[in-house]
Amino acid sequence: MQWTINNRVYQAEPDIRTSLLDLLREHLGLTGSKKGCDHGQCGACTILVNGRRVLGCLTLAVMHQDDAITTIEGLGTADAPHPLQAAFVTHDAYQCGYCTPGQICSAVGMLDEVARGWPSHASDDLTAPALSHAEIAERMSGNICRCAAYPNIVDAIAETAGLPGEDRQSRKDLAA
Amino acid sequence: MRPFDYARAGSVDAAVAAGAAGGRFIAGGTNLLDLMKIEVETPARLVDISRLPLDRIEVREDGGLSIGALVPNSDLAADRCVVEGHPALSRALLAGASGQLRNKATVGGNLLQRTRCYYFYDTATACNKREPSAGCSALGGYNRIMAVLGWSEQCIATHPSDMAVALRALDAVVVTLTPAGETRRVPIAEFHRLPGDTPHIETVLEPGELITAVELPPPVAGARQTYRKVRDRASYAFALISVAAVVRVEAGRIAHAALALGGVAHKPWRVAEAEALLIGEAPSPALFAASADRLLKGAEGHGDNDFKIILARRTILATLRELTT
Repeated sequence: MQWTINNRVYQAEPDIRTSLLDLLREHLGLTGSKKGCDHGQCGACTILVNGRRVLGCLTLAVMHQDDAITTIEGLGTADAPHPLQAAFVTHDAYQCGYCTPGQICSAVGMLDEVARGWPSHASDDLTAPALSHAEIAERMSGNICRCAAYPNIVDAIAETAGLPGEDRQSRKDLAA
Repeated sequence: MRPFDYARAGSVDAAVAAGAAGGRFIAGGTNLLDLMKIEVETPARLVDISRLPLDRIEVREDGGLSIGALVPNSDLAADRCVVEGHPALSRALLAGASGQLRNKATVGGNLLQRTRCYYFYDTATACNKREPSAGCSALGGYNRIMAVLGWSEQCIATHPSDMAVALRALDAVVVTLTPAGETRRVPIAEFHRLPGDTPHIETVLEPGELITAVELPPPVAGARQTYRKVRDRASYAFALISVAAVVRVEAGRIAHAALALGGVAHKPWRVAEAEALLIGEAPSPALFAASADRLLKGAEGHGDNDFKIILARRTILATLRELTT
């Protein structure tokens, strides 16, 4: 069997039951995508298939031989990071870092959805959704961070999307 | 996961033939693979239908929509015709799952997803839905998320779909292709079954029958629509209670009303008499209360989920208030 991942062709003969996530990690050595729950509840395995964010754990590798797959390894490197990777560093948007590859792949797909005008549950007007910190939080709700770096994750994505910083004092007032 | 054979169907006809021969359809796979991992689902053969040409949304001659069974949930929610003409459907889809799951999950698969009853998932407990005649561990068990309407002594599970609740209020029709080669049109009201004595049979589909599309009638002119969902956290959680509603007020009186409830039963719950009470009347708290009481008539909880009856009533009232003011 054959897959196109990060613009490179890979071949392997895994068991037919192999998830796309297990193909990446266990057969191809692409361990950037992480296995959290393996049941579609945490988002750590988020990758891009034909540019759309999906969960690698909930799809079979055999079903994606004709697709263009992008993982965190294909987005940037330590020397040339993707803007979102740089923003996550700037904003300290992680603690343990285990959810980070999924967060970043998810954010790449999410910002593309916004660019296409897709609304979200947080959109007052379905026909003209405007990105905001609340929109980012809703649209990223499929990515769990057990270290709870959420405020910094939202800030990193907001900055990358060109949103002004949020007033932290008003957020504290709300919490109080 | 149990071993299985895998084949990709090259055409709709080939898919139905493979289904009739015992194959299990897989498209998005987000629910089926999850259940296969824990061996609640153990298909011997998967028929991959994900590349079939059933992924278009088309405007029909009457102004309604024909939605291909393989349209992903996210594409459907963002479709211009849906956003503008059937916003309750967009809202319901966007209230469900996560962005990643909506990108993969399809319309047909959403309708066929299985319950999230804890005991259905836990193979160490008894479940009539998993294994007919095994018993129901939810009855007398932890039942906070279970049904309050339409349940039986064999099963108190709920249907988890948000989309199906909106489709119920919008009078959708499920279009299928049978193994005999016939096209069948099943009103959404008749598509899902109540559990009765056979909770393992969840829809009226025959073995091998394939959902090819979902049709929506033209939007009710001048009506307002919404989908209101109440859940344990703000996002990415199943409904405790949800209400899909379409209401038109004309000269101060209600001229059209459709109300469907989610999170309460084995299928989306709708009662014609509850809507008939509203027609021709001026909106008022007392009128809404009478309608809600009719919609919830016969509701009975199991202890942990008694709150759902009160919550459903309040959610209905809030939804009707929102759409009539």
